[in-house]
Amino acid sequence: MTIAVSDPPARMTHGFDYTKLVLYGFALVLCVLIVLPMSWLVYYAFVDKDGAFTLRNFATLVNDPTLLDPLITTFTLAFSTSLICCVVAAPMGWLVARTDMPLRRTVRLLVTASFVTPPFLGAIAWELLAAPNSGLINKVYRIVTGADADSHLFNIYSFPGLIFVVTCYTFPYVFVLVANALERTPSELEDASSILGASTWETARRVTVPLVLPAILAGALVAFLQAMTLFGSPAILALPAGFHTMTTKIWSLFQYPPKPELAAAASLPLLILTVILLRAEHTILGRRSYAVLGGKNSDPRLIRLGWLRWVALAMCFIVLLNPVFLPYAALFNATFSKVASQFISFSNFTVHNIHFVLFELSATKLALYNTFVLGIATATIGTVIAVVISYLTTREAVTGHKALGFLATAPVAIPGIVLGVGLFLSYTRPPFVLYGTLWILLLAFLTLAMPAAYQQMQSAFKAIHPELEDASRILGATRLKALRQITAPLLRTSVIATWCFVFVGTIRELSAAVMLFTSETKVISVLIFDLNESGDLAAISVLGLIMLVVTSGIVALANRLRLGGGSVRLRDN
Amino acid sequence: MRDRFSRRDLLKASAALALGLPSTRVLAAAPPATAVTPALIEAAKKEGKVVYYTSVDLPLAEKIAKAFEARYPGVAVRVERTGAERLFQRIGQEYGSRIHAVDVVNSSDAAHFIVWTRNGLLAPFVPEDVARHYPAVHKDADGLFATFRIGLSIIAYNTNTVKAEEAPKSFADLLDPKWAGKIVKAHPGYSGTILTATFQLARDLGWDYLEKLGRQRIMQLQSASDPPKKLALGERAVQADGNEYNIFQIKESGGPVEPVYAAEGTPLVIGPNGLFKNAPNPNAARLFQCFCFSPECQQLISDVGGQRSVHPQVKEKAGRKPFKDIKTMKEDAAGVEKSAEEIKARYSKIFKV
Repeated sequence: MTIAVSDPPARMTHGFDYTKLVLYGFALVLCVLIVLPMSWLVYYAFVDKDGAFTLRNFATLVNDPTLLDPLITTFTLAFSTSLICCVVAAPMGWLVARTDMPLRRTVRLLVTASFVTPPFLGAIAWELLAAPNSGLINKVYRIVTGADADSHLFNIYSFPGLIFVVTCYTFPYVFVLVANALERTPSELEDASSILGASTWETARRVTVPLVLPAILAGALVAFLQAMTLFGSPAILALPAGFHTMTTKIWSLFQYPPKPELAAAASLPLLILTVILLRAEHTILGRRSYAVLGGKNSDPRLIRLGWLRWVALAMCFIVLLNPVFLPYAALFNATFSKVASQFISFSNFTVHNIHFVLFELSATKLALYNTFVLGIATATIGTVIAVVISYLTTREAVTGHKALGFLATAPVAIPGIVLGVGLFLSYTRPPFVLYGTLWILLLAFLTLAMPAAYQQMQSAFKAIHPELEDASRILGATRLKALRQITAPLLRTSVIATWCFVFVGTIRELSAAVMLFTSETKVISVLIFDLNESGDLAAISVLGLIMLVVTSGIVALANRLRLGGGSVRLRDN
Repeated sequence: MRDRFSRRDLLKASAALALGLPSTRVLAAAPPATAVTPALIEAAKKEGKVVYYTSVDLPLAEKIAKAFEARYPGVAVRVERTGAERLFQRIGQEYGSRIHAVDVVNSSDAAHFIVWTRNGLLAPFVPEDVARHYPAVHKDADGLFATFRIGLSIIAYNTNTVKAEEAPKSFADLLDPKWAGKIVKAHPGYSGTILTATFQLARDLGWDYLEKLGRQRIMQLQSASDPPKKLALGERAVQADGNEYNIFQIKESGGPVEPVYAAEGTPLVIGPNGLFKNAPNPNAARLFQCFCFSPECQQLISDVGGQRSVHPQVKEKAGRKPFKDIKTMKEDAAGVEKSAEEIKARYSKIFKV
């Protein structure tokens, strides 16, 4: 009771509330991050070369078949991907969360591995595997079946091929949502169903599935969004196949002579659709709250699969072959063989590729340096901003905190390539000429990382009951002292986890970087992309494996902290 | 100083006279030729590095860089390699934002030098080798650029999948239905070599030819160095265009590829080198430019890189068809400059990307 009374006067007695200053400061930072590039984007879409208002850009967009076709392709791609993701990932999520299938933790870990694999790297690896003639899988197929030289099992340079690869790196989104929802669903409801005489399967069908349906729908939407805004995989697979998606088209509009106004106009439909879909997701997930009625949950009940659990495990591993095992095996093979499309053998073995990348390729050092500087800076600054904003919003420390939360989540609606276009338009002109510096990339990466970092920190803050801070303050500590002595130690593991998360997300970012880099500010992802254009697959494989090593190191660190630290116990939902 | 000045002028005048060229403009505009002096090397070392934007295949670009670094220790070369059209756009974008990162540029689209000259971006500079040995058609009258390399965009095939007698002999042969789904080619929106080649093909064979080629289910790549690599992997049987020099490199290291010099003539691609006026490392840039045109470097790009060199002292490697025996199409940088935009637009309509 005292708490409620003591807090407001504390604010009133001080003549000036510094937290307010912090609020406005951060609101300003977020506005610059988000509002500025988006305003330029809209401005460019609606003006002609002389700066007069026009709708001509949109007319061109609709009337030009080279612009309209990609739009249709993109929707088909996103829809198919989303559908397949649900069909594959939802059962997997259920198996991991609710059954006694063996090696459930390993399966989860492998899904994380596909989650952190950059989609463009996966696409390149699949080129090595399933190019119709030189792909390793097709070679094996011809050897095994004795089929003639022209036949092939898979053709990755095709629309279905693209859908397949995009699905490989999108299904983790659905998987995580479904698995988490199932873990949170109280088993009391299922127990009730069993007590009333329903069989295990009937319970699953009539209780579990309806409960988890909102999560599946939300997953479908997220998968749709991911596939729609993805740049890397289409750029690598669609162009050789002879078609464009919306993102590759936007990117190609910056080829000489650049048409920024058309790129801006083409970006807007993506942006608007993303906002609409996110609203839909919010509505669906918002209604999900009935799923967790019943207060404290007991541990979910595991369904016994009997001998079927081995079949289930085999299915999971067959699925995971596609995003993880096969691609990394192909990259490994290409790293050590003289000809990327041949299996490593005694005569084909070489370490030249590694030597080339590390000692001959003059761009490697700079790109690695830039990538790590940006990764560390983005992770550090991003985490600090996320911590401050989460604190202000969860503790409702100042009025207007809701707007702050909204601004921090808003970039979710901005596809990377659209943000790239917006930032390019904003910062290549006075007063802020940031193009050509690492700052513009930092801005892009910070903006893209903000929603995830904010959501992670916010849930961490929510998990720590304010009682602890309040107790400290009643005992005479200032707000800052309470933060330092009570909240900070409790949050440590979450902060480190968020930092790792942002770091991993940043070093694999391509779609914004590809719009914003210059020769001096190249990052690894862009270097890989450049190498792909001239067909230097071996060099890409070496760089890809370097990225894998760094990323898995960081992920392992984060997992360790999460398991060993206190943050897991603090999350009681 | 004065003395050397006049001697160089004399040298150039006599070279020009010997070639029987209208030499007045050369004498009036081009600066005196520069030899590599200890002072220049010292000044370059102070700057410590040179930034080379080039569209030549990456491993070759890095080899040129390593050879330069071995010759002049203390001056590092940073290679920025991408397709010529991408480079051109990149430089335009960077200069538009007043970012002056590039020292020396090499583009496989000679038309770019017309634009850069018109915009006054290039610095006049003539290496001694250029003044002494290069014919006038391969050096700018005002000394702004000279031909670093000549490339050919050729047809080629994979010898494992195609027998020599069945291989295409001409561009017209590529329209045979038996090649449908088996051809790989690069993109004029990315590669200067391919833009130049597409211009010459459209001019000599007509757009009609390209439209028919577009119906052959082409595998579309970006860089002109990529089709030879896909050919070597066995991904496609035939390339409709791509660098001759990559085919040489692959063939000479035992790869299963064979060049074809089309009956209609082979597209000829000039790749000049130039210095930027606002180069951040002007002395290193000059030293690098001198090195690029030295017999040492020119022999290197011919031997290792498979390029055709203009330098008369360069010996062509045995086993390659001598340049003079190849029927080439006519190079026309000004024509490319005028129609580049139209070519790219028309091409993406036909090939859908």
